Amino acid sequence: MHEYAVTRSIVKIVAAEAEKAGARKVTRIHLVIGDLSTIVDDSVRMYFPMIAAGTVAEEAELVFKRVKAEFYCKHCRRNFVKPAHGFECPVCGGLGTPTDVGKEFYVESIEIE
Amino acid sequence: MKIKVMENILSANDQLAEANREDFARRHITVVNVMASPGAGKTSVIMELMHRLAGDVPFSVVEGDIASSIDAEKIEAMGVPVLQINTGGGCHLDANMIREAVRELQPPDHSVLFIENVGNLICPSAFDLGETVRMVIASVPEGHDKPYKYVSMFEAADVVILNKIDLKPYIRFDTDSFVRGVRALNEKAPLFEVSCSTGEGFPELTAWLKNQVG
Repeated sequence: MHEYAVTRSIVKIVAAEAEKAGARKVTRIHLVIGDLSTIVDDSVRMYFPMIAAGTVAEEAELVFKRVKAEFYCKHCRRNFVKPAHGFECPVCGGLGTPTDVGKEFYVESIEIE
Repeated sequence: MKIKVMENILSANDQLAEANREDFARRHITVVNVMASPGAGKTSVIMELMHRLAGDVPFSVVEGDIASSIDAEKIEAMGVPVLQINTGGGCHLDANMIREAVRELQPPDHSVLFIENVGNLICPSAFDLGETVRMVIASVPEGHDKPYKYVSMFEAADVVILNKIDLKPYIRFDTDSFVRGVRALNEKAPLFEVSCSTGEGFPELTAWLKNQVG
């Protein structure tokens, strides 16, 4: 829901990295976004050309790697992908607890020329 | 050529939040970030807590709102210093807004600063403000499914409040399901059931908050 602020941060991070590397142009930006982050890809894509205009990243393609949220089942001692409703383990029906999988929210890499 | 970056998208906010946290700790200001949906009772809970803590410790309040100043006016009428931040449509407060608000509001050392975040159970959970306590309020009329829908908000809470419990006789609210959801996400945060209308639960909540003030 706050994709404008998020997109601005992405452009800032990418521009700083590109400058460090002496890049002429950023061609691709790889983002890793966990499903618990509540960010809508299409909304970031909508803001991106507006915010990136005039920067080294203005022609970059955005690549989203989505990570499904995983919960941990204490009983089965393993992670499971969070079902659409509730936190129940699909094997034993016990209540799972959150893990860090699904909270990813970072710029993984950039491709430059 | 590919370059590894591995930088958190909100790292700029996180760094500022950490700076805020250090400033608050140095000045012994206990900062309570109050988060809830619109209408859950954020302003009412803050006001009730201030009534009950009055005289023990000085307060100030930062009010985050999309456009209006209705809540800030209520706080001002209590004689408490308040600063309104209008986010102009923005769905959350961020660490930089708080930094600037604190510079203007000048809360005294050894005081409590309540921050009423924008009414929203999603976005505020992603933006660390540098607070001491994350207070999440849910209310009975919203339904017991809130923790199941807003995982990050309840997982990150330091205290969870269920407000408007005086309405339980009139609403199908499954308290067990609510508590089960909160506990799955968050084993540690104390959970207080309160009503701003009857005052029920507030002695316990007030005592807990008093213990957090350092």
